[in-house]
Amino acid sequence: MRDLFRGDLVRLTAEDPETRAKIEVHWQRDSEYRRFLDAEAVMVVSEKWLKDWFEKRDEEGFGPHRYVFSVRTLAEDKLIGFFALWVDLVHSEAWVGIGIGEREFWGKGCGTDAMRLCLRYAFTELNVQRVSLGLMDYNPRALRSYEKAGFRLEGRTRGDVQRAGRHHDSLWMGILRAEWLGLDAAAVE
Amino acid sequence: MFDIQTQLFEGRDIRFGPIDYEKDPQIESKWTHDSDFMRLYGIDPARPMSPAMVKKKYEKLEKEIEESKNIFYFTIRAREDDRLIGKAVVSRIEWSNGNGWIELGIGSADDRRKGYGTQALQLLLRFAFVELNLYRVTARVQEYNEAAIALLKKFGFTEEVRRRQALERDSRRWDLLVFGLLKDEWAKQAQA
Ligand SMILES: CC(C)(COP(=O)(O)OP(=O)(O)OC[C@H]1O[C@@H](n2cnc3c(N)ncnc32)[C@H](O)[C@@H]1OP(=O)(O)O)[C@@H](O)C(=O)NCCC(=O)NCCS
Repeated sequence: MRDLFRGDLVRLTAEDPETRAKIEVHWQRDSEYRRFLDAEAVMVVSEKWLKDWFEKRDEEGFGPHRYVFSVRTLAEDKLIGFFALWVDLVHSEAWVGIGIGEREFWGKGCGTDAMRLCLRYAFTELNVQRVSLGLMDYNPRALRSYEKAGFRLEGRTRGDVQRAGRHHDSLWMGILRAEWLGLDAAAVE
Repeated sequence: MFDIQTQLFEGRDIRFGPIDYEKDPQIESKWTHDSDFMRLYGIDPARPMSPAMVKKKYEKLEKEIEESKNIFYFTIRAREDDRLIGKAVVSRIEWSNGNGWIELGIGSADDRRKGYGTQALQLLLRFAFVELNLYRVTARVQEYNEAAIALLKKFGFTEEVRRRQALERDSRRWDLLVFGLLKDEWAKQAQA
């Protein structure tokens, strides 16, 4: 069986709340990064608040609705990012959020590698029928990365994100189980 | 075009009002026992609720409205007897982006196809655009919900997203559609 937690460039880990909070406090000060993650007005919060938040999240446990991973590089074992899957058990759909917080690792394939692990986990471990995500039109790097991982663009909601004095579109993407199985025939060995 | 005297809550045959804790739970409880309605209104598993459960739900909702400040909830009432016929909601408002999600439901099959939904959507859109000052509104519809799709199209909504096979009902998968209407588009047709 495949190692679900090891890709070509990165591996998936669980981190202590202390470690996670320490690095998050550093990532959140990069407003460009934060504006890629979601459409809400960006904010900074204390390391203490974050540590409590990660602790609480860990106590709530892993699944059945939320699955969270940290991402480390294979080369230097450096903590560079995270992803999370939120699962709708009734309709068998998972939503992904992903972020490489260490910006010197953008555009080097690490996020795409993590996304491939994420899809394999969603389709072969959680066994969902569909994986979905959203992004903003000012993030072409993410769009390209998700296309490489096999997602299809399913539409755009016009002007629903306002940043830097302009209206931007949200892009909606999805990949179906059958599409993923076609892409990654080796995954089912 | 709309001045300060315009009564935002008054339509021709219907009006928007608050929840009535005495009378409404009985009626809404009845709606929840109609699985057809529940499957048109939402995507959560349909579930019957007793009047007491509905009352609890209202209490929770009003608390959430107070705390979150991003939900606006109206009951739709027939003008002739103030009877509850449906609900109209703007929720998940993102103030910094000027976007909100709308929901509309006419509860009993007897009250459908009488133009109440059209009148309610008219009030709801006017409220969203000239009172909440939103830039756009968004609506989610299951592909099998033909009445809702026709209603949204009548008001000039555009199908923006088709989330393929995102929903499972009756052992098959269905698309979930996202429709959007911008304030400019609304203003043009509201004037006409
Ligand atoms: C989005 C993210 C996960 C992608 O991972 P990644 O490892 O950086 O992606 P990759 O290096 O595999 O691929 C990036 C692709 O985008 C392309 N790209 C980069 N900048 C681009 C631009 N301005 N316009 C178009 N394409 C661009 C690259 O050329 C590359 O494509 P290629 O392999 O065909 O040459 C990662 O960059 C990230 O976390 N960014 C910050 C947070 C974020 O945006 N999160 C996503 C929120 S939805």
